[in-house]
This record gives sequence, structure tokens and C-alpha cells, in this order.
Amino acid sequence: MLDIIVTNLPALQVVVPLVAAPVCAMLGRGDRSWAFATLVSFLTFAISVSLFVAAYGGEPISYEMGGWAPPIGIEYRIDVLNAFVLMIVSGIAALVMPYARRSVASEIPAERQAFFYTAFLLCLTGLLGVTITGDAFNVFVFLEISSLSTYALVASGAWRNKRALTAAYNYLIMGTVGATFFVIGIGMLYMITGTLNMADLAVRIAEHGDSRTLRMGFVFIFIGIGLKLAMFPLHLWLPNAYSFAPSAVTSFIAATATKVAVYVLLRFMFTVFGFDYAFQASTLENVLLPVAIVAMFAASLVAIFQDDLKRMLAYSSIAQIGYMLLGLAFLTHTGLVATIVHLFNHAVTKGALFMVAGCFVLSAGTSSISSLRGVGRDMPWTTAAFVAGGLSLIGLPLTVGFISKWYLVQASLELGWWPVALLIMGSSLLAVIYVWRVVEAAYLQPAPEGVIRREAPLSMLVPAWILVGLSIWFGIDASLTTTAASRAADTLIGSSQILWQE
Amino acid sequence: MPDIVLDLDFALGHYNYWMFVILMMTGLYVTVSRGNLIKKIVGLNLFQTSVFMLYISMGKIIGGTAPILTGDPDTVYSNPLPHVLILTAIVVGIATTALALALVIRISETLGTVEEDDILKMEHEMDFGVRKPGGGSR
Amino acid sequence: MTDANALLLALAIPTIATFLIAASGSRPNIRDGISVVASIATFAVVLRLLESIMAGARPSVTLVEVMPGLVINFSIEPLGMLFATVASGLWIVTAIYSIGYMRGAHEKKQTRFYICFALAIAAALAIAFSGNLFTLFIFYEVLTLSTYPLVAHKETPEARAGARVYLGILMTTSILFLLVAVIWTWSLTGTMEFRAGGILEGNIDPVFVPFLLALFAFGIGKAALMPFHRWLPAAMVAPTPVSALLHAVAVVKAGVFTMLKVGTYIFGVGFLGRTGASEWLVWLAAATILIASIVALTKDDLKARLAYSTVSQLSYITLGMALANQMGIIGGSMHIVMHAMGKITLFMCAGAIYVAAHKTKVSELDGLGRKMPLTFIAFTIASLSIIGLPPFGGAWSKWYLLLSAADAGQLVIIGVLMLSSLLNVAYLLSIPARAFFAPPRGQMAHSLGAAASPSKGWEEAPLFCLVPICLTALGCIVLFFAIGGIYEYLLSIPILPETAP
Repeated sequence: MLDIIVTNLPALQVVVPLVAAPVCAMLGRGDRSWAFATLVSFLTFAISVSLFVAAYGGEPISYEMGGWAPPIGIEYRIDVLNAFVLMIVSGIAALVMPYARRSVASEIPAERQAFFYTAFLLCLTGLLGVTITGDAFNVFVFLEISSLSTYALVASGAWRNKRALTAAYNYLIMGTVGATFFVIGIGMLYMITGTLNMADLAVRIAEHGDSRTLRMGFVFIFIGIGLKLAMFPLHLWLPNAYSFAPSAVTSFIAATATKVAVYVLLRFMFTVFGFDYAFQASTLENVLLPVAIVAMFAASLVAIFQDDLKRMLAYSSIAQIGYMLLGLAFLTHTGLVATIVHLFNHAVTKGALFMVAGCFVLSAGTSSISSLRGVGRDMPWTTAAFVAGGLSLIGLPLTVGFISKWYLVQASLELGWWPVALLIMGSSLLAVIYVWRVVEAAYLQPAPEGVIRREAPLSMLVPAWILVGLSIWFGIDASLTTTAASRAADTLIGSSQILWQE
Repeated sequence: MPDIVLDLDFALGHYNYWMFVILMMTGLYVTVSRGNLIKKIVGLNLFQTSVFMLYISMGKIIGGTAPILTGDPDTVYSNPLPHVLILTAIVVGIATTALALALVIRISETLGTVEEDDILKMEHEMDFGVRKPGGGSR
Repeated sequence: MTDANALLLALAIPTIATFLIAASGSRPNIRDGISVVASIATFAVVLRLLESIMAGARPSVTLVEVMPGLVINFSIEPLGMLFATVASGLWIVTAIYSIGYMRGAHEKKQTRFYICFALAIAAALAIAFSGNLFTLFIFYEVLTLSTYPLVAHKETPEARAGARVYLGILMTTSILFLLVAVIWTWSLTGTMEFRAGGILEGNIDPVFVPFLLALFAFGIGKAALMPFHRWLPAAMVAPTPVSALLHAVAVVKAGVFTMLKVGTYIFGVGFLGRTGASEWLVWLAAATILIASIVALTKDDLKARLAYSTVSQLSYITLGMALANQMGIIGGSMHIVMHAMGKITLFMCAGAIYVAAHKTKVSELDGLGRKMPLTFIAFTIASLSIIGLPPFGGAWSKWYLLLSAADAGQLVIIGVLMLSSLLNVAYLLSIPARAFFAPPRGQMAHSLGAAASPSKGWEEAPLFCLVPICLTALGCIVLFFAIGGIYEYLLSIPILPETAP
């Protein structure tokens, strides 16, 4: 019995939450479905950890779906990179679920909560599926599964704020356009090579060489994924979606959805197209680099002027995604390490910050910064968590944000790109401004008259503090994350150089 | 003599791609330019349909028949894989349309309109902040 | 106890004190007692380490490897030991003084104050003991963050604005310049260690050295080199014990200490001298010295005047580093001690004047010397030390800096130093002069004549304030005579390892 489970672990990673989702819908009352969903998320996390441990040391794990051998059959392929991302996604889910109990209970009516958790599990399925699969079209299918459930989850914020509906609708339109571009790109690749398996695609593309169809495929995939990861200027859906979704949803998707999209980009760019694909390299240098830098600055600037805390954090996310894309654009080992380690660092930091925002919404009834004056006295633990997360956003030492910044600057100095290093630091300074606005308001200003705010409940504080603890722990001892990232970068660069034979 | 700029053979031979491009652009245009939420969904469907055309047409083999096993070993079949992919994509498209329509119904119930301009105006008037149902605490 | 354990203990005591103070917040006497006891305990451990260092030991402890190749490591060498001794010794004085000041001025939120104080001292000690540039940067930032609540203590709009300038300038300089310089050094040399003779020689194209130096010099914002000096006067909104701490002990000395450390152990004094990369810094430091002194003359607010005086004095130490010879480093290090002793006295006097007489402006101090003679005598002693006259400690540091300028052939700098001393006389000595010799102003004459005053007419500051002031003023005199030992000690810093015996 155990044998069967162990051999089929990759499939179970996706199947467990998938099958659990309709069961959750049938469980009816809020608390039962919550408990079931939490159990499933813990189970999923356990599976991810065992897959990571298995993939860390050695060869990529290859699993044939239904026993059909690739490249005809669908293959699940796990190497260090996607094992890392799997752990991030399921880990965040495992932390958000306990958090969600009180948060969702206050934001969504009881009779709807079962459906909420169903959609949550489906979203988890989709994200895990995108990460684990080794088949290009399968990526599209799981991407749409996760996206559709995300649209529904965002729309469920309508009970608190009607604008969630239009936010979800706009997200739907833009997200579908993006996914369709992605599928066009895959179609182009299929036209050239006749295969959909990513490893096989890599070989056949290398044999095929450069051609206009290949370039078009690349461009469509790049734009399609770019929309999903809120690459500037395709980011317009993000601020509204994050602000108006329920807090548990924002905590989850802010920490996972965009990271998974970055993973897909990494996978396609380096494993499928190859590290030394010239057209790709020139796109990165001429398009992605300026776009990433503009994202870092413009988004941080806009964040400074936001009054709503969640909106400010949403714009901050766009800037942080700019950092990840910048690391990509360097096309060096250090740059890739920066991007991959920032996947983890940002997930942990932003997850914590959005959880804190949710705590404020629950206890203080608002996430508006001007209404949160003096909250440092009433909700000391929550505000302290915010400060710790904020320090990580700025990139101060002893936090994970510092680790990412270090690698980014090191990567740009290695290339001799002076101005970029200074720009990276400049955007950190913008982060100081928008984080410090909140700190000043919370600690140094008197509370408004007659407002009672109690500390957030433990079920919400503990997951937030676990994430904060992780962000400090891996800021002090980053050897695990950086070694994993380095190995992942090695696999990305190494495997593709074997395949491009020009 | 100048080079042949318009290779009619090439252009006419690739008519399926022309269809795809025209449908795709039409769909995108409708999505972006129309203010009515339902029309946007229609545009989205057009856009997705164009992608179906792309896949299916690229799988067609000249002289090939529908990819259903006939038992005759000499039959030339068109590529079945794009058909399978498109079945999946159609299902995804339907799910998306269903979700989008559900959202539009809720929007229409809550805001009373499905015109984007009116909605933007209303959102502009609304606070950015969130209010607890039943009023705030002060 | 082994040296390594003593090192960790010296860092642990202030950190643990933070928690103990937080726990005893509701019982002020216990809380203040913990603060004082912790300071004495820390100083005791530091003295024990000082003994070891003077005997030649160089303990080193590695805590954790943060990223591959980058470790948090503490290694003590003579310069760091000096800074640690100054910091921990003066913590005792400030702790006692704070009790008197905070209670006398009825300040609120005293628990937060003492917590951040202890944390800042822990960070300063960590900086002093840093074994590599990476560790130093980490605790440099921790120091900025832990002193922010101290600057913003009063929570008034002015306090918030001042704290904003404080944080803004220090964060900008450290993130934009210092971190880039640190990472650049790392990518050039592959190491962050402090080594005698520097790590850069041979790893960097000499053309780039002035730029790297500029990034460091401007990045070390705590050394208040112009034009990034504005945070110092802005931080005057803080209560006076904070100013005493910031301007004598922890923050500014951490800044110039970092400057000296970078110059000696990253660049290498010999390397700097040979490449001539620090020429421009000599002139910038000289300009800061003069401009800040002139601005100090124009300030009527006592603390503002002392703040600009500090800006000027800090650049003495930067100048010492920039002159790139042995005397420069020795003179600069000596000035850390002498200036700390003198400035802390001046600031504590300013605080005492506020607590006892509620005066903050120089123009209001006429005749006050008769009511607070001890305070103003201490003020005079400290001023004379800062000016650089014997028999006060400051005379020696000035002397060695003059020697350094002469060694470097910079006769103009000698002129600058002399001119600065004259300016110091003008803006410092005028204060006790007015206090003792000018007739008291209208309102005070009233109260002097009208009240049935006790025989001496003294209205000195509370005892808790007065005793530390007298101790540090005496310290200025003691340091003059202790110069032999100090000089010997400073010779053990490996400034020019290629020529050292």
C-alpha cells in the first residue's frame, strides 16, 4: 500500500486536492469544510516536502501519467526548481488555511463558505499542476483551472466590497486573453516540432533551429505568461484584484500565483527554448530589462501614494515581481539564483504582510492607513509583524529581502552594469518611504477617538508570525534557500546548454 | 523586374492562417473596444474560437480523413492530437464563459448596469476603502 | 572564561537586558536598576577583553553562515576594542544620567526608551567587534533602526519630522552607497574580512579606488560628512540622553569607527597613500570641519550648536583616515576617545540646564553660571578639551592629527586645524563666559533678588545628572595624563603591516 502511494506521489500531489474539492462542497457547513480543506492542505504540503527531498540530491523524477510513456503521454517531471516551487505553493496554502477560518468567517456568509473552500482547493490543484507537469499543453489546462478558481475567489470578496465583482471580471478578461496568447504560442511550437512534452520540445527546437514561427511562439508565450505574472505594463488587473478579494485569498494568491507564473517563464525560457537562444537573449536585454526597471520604480512610486494598505501592498508586489524579472534579464547564474531565491523570499514576505492586512481588516474593520493610526498600541503583535515584513520588503539585513537584493546587486556588478545596481538600491529607498508611512501612522500618531481595536485572534496571528519567523530565519541562515536556488539555476543552465547544438 | 512581392500561391495556400488572424483580431478588438460587459465576453469567445481554428487547421493533412479508426490499414488520417487539445480548450472556454456570465449577472444585480462607462463612474464615486456590512465602528 | 565566551557575553548582556527591561516596565526602579547593572556588567566584561587584547590575544567567533561565503563573525582587534571600551564605559554614565533626566523632565514612555538604548548599545558593541564588512553592515543598519524610536521619542510633529530626516538620510546613504560599496568589494575580492594592510590591493584597478572610497565615505552617513550631515542637527529633537548617546558614544562613533576600519583594514593605509585615492576626501573633510564650525557660531539653540560642533569634530577623524599615514589613524582613534568624553559632558550639561532651569538657548544662559557652577565648570573643562588645550585630553588628539598633516606634507590642513580650534573657542567658550561673567537677564534678576534664596543660591541639576557630568569632566583631565598608555595601545593597531616590526 505504502509502495503504491510512494511511486504515485507526483500524481497524488495534484489528485489529492482535486478530488478533495467536490467532497468539500458536499460537506456543507463552514467549519466542517474548513477543517477538511485544512487537512488536505497539510497532506499536500507533506507530499511536496517528500518530493523536494527526493529531487534535491539527484536526478529529476519522471512520472508517467496513466502509464503512457512520454512524449506521447503526459509526463510529470520534478527537478529541484519545481520541487522548490511546489513546496512554496503548498506551504503557503498550509499556512493560509488555519488563518482563513476566522478571516473567511467574517468576510463570507456561512452558507457560502463550503464553496469558498472548494474553489480554494481547486486553485491549489491548478497551481500545483502547473508546477509539476512536464507537458506544455497541460500547463495551459492547469493554468486555466487555477485562474478560473482565482476569479471566483476574488469575486467572493463582493460581500464586503461590491467592487470585487468588477475586479474579478476584469481579471477574467485579461487573464483569459493571456492564457489564450499562451496557447497560441504553444500551438506555434507544436507546429514546428509536433510534440508537447517539454523535454522533447527542447531537443526538437534545438534541431529545428531559429525561424520566424519559433520567434512568434516565444513572443506569444512571453506575453501570455507576462500577463499572468503582472509584468509591467500588463499588471493592470492586479491592484484591484488584490485589494478587493477576501484577505485569505489575497494572502494566498499574492504569495503563489505570480511565483508560479515566473516558474513557467523560467521553465519555458531555459528548458524549452534553451539558455543560449539568441532571439530570447536579445528580447531579455532590450525588452525585459527596461520593463523590469520601470516596474520597480513606477510601482513603488504609486505605492507611496496609496491610502489603502492592501492596495499599497499590491503595487509593492508589482515592484517585487520587477526584481524577479530583473534577475532573469541578467542571464547569468547569479541573476537566476536571485530570481529563484526571491520566489521564496517574496512569497514568505508578502504572505505575511497580506495576512497582517487581513488581521487589521478583522479587528479594526478597515485597511485604510489613515484609519489605522495608533494601531501599534492596540494591536502590538500584528503591527510588529508588519514592521518585520516591511523591513524585508526594504531589504534590510537579517531579513530574506536582503538576501535577494544582495544577489541582484552582485549579479549586476558582475556584469559591470553600474546604473542598474544603483537603480535597484534606489527602488529600495522608495520601499522605505511607503513602509515607513505605515510605521509612523501606527506607532507615532494618536489613535482616533472612541475606536476599540482588539488584538487579532491567535489562529490568524500564529500563521502570520510563522511566515515572519521564516522571513527572519532564512534571512539569517540563507544557506538552504540559496543552495537550492543555486542548484536549480545549475539545472536550468546546464540542461539547456547540452541541448542547443548550433 | 521587381521581385514578386505578393506570392498568391503562398497567400492563398495559407488561407487558414488568414482566417485565424482575422478572427483573432476581431475578437480582441471587440473585447477591448466594446463597453458592454456581455459584448466583451462575445469578443473573448471569438478570440478563443480563432485559436481553435489555428490548431485544427494545422492538424489537417491533405487527403486525410477524420481521425476515426476505420480498420483499413491504408487510410490517411488527419492528426488527432490537435482535435483532442481543442476539445480541452473548448471546455475551458465554456467554463470561462459560464463564469464570466455569472459575474455579469451578479454585477447587473448589484450595480444595476452592464455598461463599462457607467460602472467606472459608479466606482469613481465609491470609496476606495471597505465598509463593514451594516456600517463602520465610528 | 575564555576570550570567545567573554566576547559573546559582552554582546549578550545588553541584548538580554533589553528583554529584562521590557519585562520590568511597570516597575520603574527595577527597570532603571537593570539598565545600570547591565551597563556595569558589560563594562566589566569589556575590561576583561581589553586586558586580553593588550596582551596580544585576538579572539574570534563565527556565528552563522548567512549566504555561501558570507558569515557573521566577530573578531576583536585593538581599534574595535577601543570603541567598545568607550561605548560600554560611557553607557554606565549615560544610564545614570538618563534616570535623572527622564524623571526630572517627566518624560513618558521611558520603558521604550531604555529598551532601545540597550539595543543600540548591543548594536554598537557588535559593530566594534565585527570581524568582517558584512557583519559590520548588518549591525550598522540595526543601530540605525534601534535609534529611530529614540529620536522620535517625544512623538510630537517636530519629533516625527526630525526622525524622518534622521532615518531618511541614514537609510539613503547606507542603502544607496554603503551596500553597493560592500557588494562591490565582495565581488572584487571574494572576501569581506578585515585584514591588516587591506584586502583591495591587487584586486582593483587603481583608477576605481577613489570611486569605491567615495561610495564608502558617503555611504557611512553616521560619520556626518557633508553634504550628508543634516541628520545630526535634525536628531536634536530627541531627549538629551539620546543626544549624549548619539553624539558621543554610539551612533557617530560607530560611523567614524567604520571609516577608520574601512580605511585601515579594507583599503589599507599604505595602499591609500600610494594611490593617492583619498586626496579629495582630505579636502572634503577639511571643508566640513570649517563649514560646520562656522554654522555652529550662528546657532543660538544650545543643542544645535553642539550638533554642528560634532559634525565638525567627526571630520577630524575622517581627516585622519584620509591623510593615509600612521599618525592619522592614531590621531583619529585617539580623537574617538577624547571627543567622546568631551562631547558627552557638553550634552549632559545642556540636558542639566534644561532640567534645572528650563533653558535651551545660548542667549538665555547669561548669569546662569552662578546658580549652576558645577555644571558650567564641567562645561568649561569639556570645551577646553574639545578646543585642544592642555591639560585636557583633546590636546593630544589634536597634536597627533597635526603631526599626521605634517607627515603628509599638507601644511594647509595644519592651518585648517588651527583655524578650527579658534572657531571652537568662539562658539564654545562663549557659553561659560556668558554664564559666569554676564549679568543675569531681567526675569532671572527678579527671581534672584525677590526670592529668599539660600546662602549659595545654587539651583543645580538633580544629583543623578550632576554626578555623571563631574565624572566625565574629570575624565577629560585624566585622559591627558593617561596618554602614554593610550599611545602605546594604539601602536598595536596593524596600520602599516609592511613596515611594522
